[in-house]
Amino acid sequence: MSKKLKKIIIAGLIYLIAVFVKFENEIINTLLFLLSYLIVGFEIVKKAFKNIKKGKVFDENFLMTVATIGAIAIGEYPEAVAVMLFYQIGELFQSYAVDKSRRTIASLMDIRPDFANLKNGSEIEKVDPDKVKIGDIIVVKPGEKIPLDGIVVDGDTMIDTSMLTGESVPRRAEVNSEVISGCINQTGAIEVKVTKEYSDSTVSKILDLVENASNRKAKAENFISKFAKVYTPTVVCIALALAILPPLILHQEFSIWVYRALSFLVVSCPCALVISIPLSFFGGIGGASKMGVLIKGSNYIESLSKVDVVVFDKTGTLTEGVFDVQKVKPENGITADELIEIAALAESMSNHPIASSILRKYEKELDNLRVDDYEEITGKGIKAKVDGKEVLIGNTKLMNDNGITFEKSNDVGTVLYVAIDNVYSGHILISDKIKEDSKRAVEYLKKSGVNQIVMLTGDRKEVGEHVSNILNIDKYFAELLPNDKVDRLEELLKNRDENKTVIAAGDGMNDAPILAMADVGVAMGGLGSDAAIEAADVVIMTDEPSKIVSAIKLANKTMRIVKENIAFAIIVKVLILILCAIGIGTMWEAVFADVGVSIIAILNAMRVLHIREK
Amino acid sequence: MKKNYSIKGIDCANCARELEEEINKIEGVQATINFMTEKLIVEIEDDKFNELFEEVKKVIKDDEPECTVEEV
Repeated sequence: MSKKLKKIIIAGLIYLIAVFVKFENEIINTLLFLLSYLIVGFEIVKKAFKNIKKGKVFDENFLMTVATIGAIAIGEYPEAVAVMLFYQIGELFQSYAVDKSRRTIASLMDIRPDFANLKNGSEIEKVDPDKVKIGDIIVVKPGEKIPLDGIVVDGDTMIDTSMLTGESVPRRAEVNSEVISGCINQTGAIEVKVTKEYSDSTVSKILDLVENASNRKAKAENFISKFAKVYTPTVVCIALALAILPPLILHQEFSIWVYRALSFLVVSCPCALVISIPLSFFGGIGGASKMGVLIKGSNYIESLSKVDVVVFDKTGTLTEGVFDVQKVKPENGITADELIEIAALAESMSNHPIASSILRKYEKELDNLRVDDYEEITGKGIKAKVDGKEVLIGNTKLMNDNGITFEKSNDVGTVLYVAIDNVYSGHILISDKIKEDSKRAVEYLKKSGVNQIVMLTGDRKEVGEHVSNILNIDKYFAELLPNDKVDRLEELLKNRDENKTVIAAGDGMNDAPILAMADVGVAMGGLGSDAAIEAADVVIMTDEPSKIVSAIKLANKTMRIVKENIAFAIIVKVLILILCAIGIGTMWEAVFADVGVSIIAILNAMRVLHIREK
Repeated sequence: MKKNYSIKGIDCANCARELEEEINKIEGVQATINFMTEKLIVEIEDDKFNELFEEVKKVIKDDEPECTVEEV
């Protein structure tokens, strides 16, 4: 039991005796009240005197001291003690509630590994993750957290990533799989070769980000800070006027009005207002990280809740970002397998993503010696000799330039035309797959009140149109160069309503400029990608665009709670001030307006943690 | 230079707000106190850091005597 609680209990008992036992000599009652007051209130009075010396007259301790000593002076002993008692009980409860919510939220972010099992020859030593170097081998047993990023060199297992991603389906990891720190090893022991030091590992980056998130204050927080600064002095001044003016003007008794003024002082404490706001935002950030969404500041929660336009980058965000051969259409007496083999050979020297998708399709080993005179023609395609035959593979321009008659395909995607010894031999369709989650994301975004959904892509117009039709996107801009994307976004930002925001979502790799420029930049697939974590204001650990909806919902809920708390605290305080001023309210109500309101606001703030996804 | 400290034992959110305000009154010091995570972040020019941080500590000691500040 804490010292404070003991004092409260003892003082409380003495108080009850003083109230209910009628001693013959009333002075005993009075003395008991004073004793109780000193036990529970001495600390406060002491602090108050210290603060006066520093000129801090609007300090809570000072206000409480003046209010209670004033009450004693006009003979209201029971009330003076009761106010002090309740104030202390309230403070105790408040610090308990804050502590509890601190721990609840911290446990949501509890991904910090405590140790690493460092392998040293045949021995295994438990060390601080800090001490492990790149290239060291660590052992992760089932049930343990993976302490550092690395690559599996022995063993296979299932890994629970839910602490980072909110995704409950475990991932498989075997030799050569990358594993990410902060995840939990579930089934088998693995040996991991460390690829990043602890301070560069995913887990440290995420922790750093989440712990510092609430440092960026939201407007609502700044508003309340300013309000508190004005509120207390104003109420104290009114209290002073109330104590002096009416008795002088109306010739009433001083003690009535002094009592009312003292009640004012009790209500004037700003704590209820100030505490609940950062707590709500902190809860919002904690709740988001539980579902795999990292929000880098309270200000972004505010911005997310005012969303009007959501801008998506196409490739890698709405689509998988992996180009696959979707169709092979041979012509003029060649088989599909032959066509792919020739195409794969011709593309085998290229680093282009298109080349790798063809190579993936071919699957077999390639003999580079079959390829000669390889030449890349920028923006058109490739020219090479395969088995002595001249092969052209590329777009329509390449065909036209070489005077080849071919049939233009209407397929949506990247179409590669192939000519062998100047004879058209068919085409290969390569396209990107739309993520299954994208459709849901767009639908939910619209339902949740987003006005406009825009897609930006560097891809061809047909592809842009195709994707935006399937997903039911409002507007798309295609064939954009990176700086065109910036221009489009700038336009959207210029045309938005002042109180509304534009969110841009991308994969964080090549769309960093638009993420930085938007009101809120959202990076997808943050798990394992430092670039994404750094570039964005909000990081979605998985690659599901629908998590944006969850983030917006959570932001809305957080803001609603923030507003509720501000309104509730101010309304109750003003109401009780009025009641006290006209003589209906007593110090009891005044104490409620202070500590009661704080506690209700704290409890309300904790609601933000209970949000259902989807 | 920006440094992170853990700051424990602040009574209430309003006290944290007031303390933050007091620290920011020191010239050349930019401070943020995060009441929820119990963190103090100060930004001071490198060559004046030690000297000014002593002043920050003094303000904290004066304002919130029960507070402990530790580097993280």
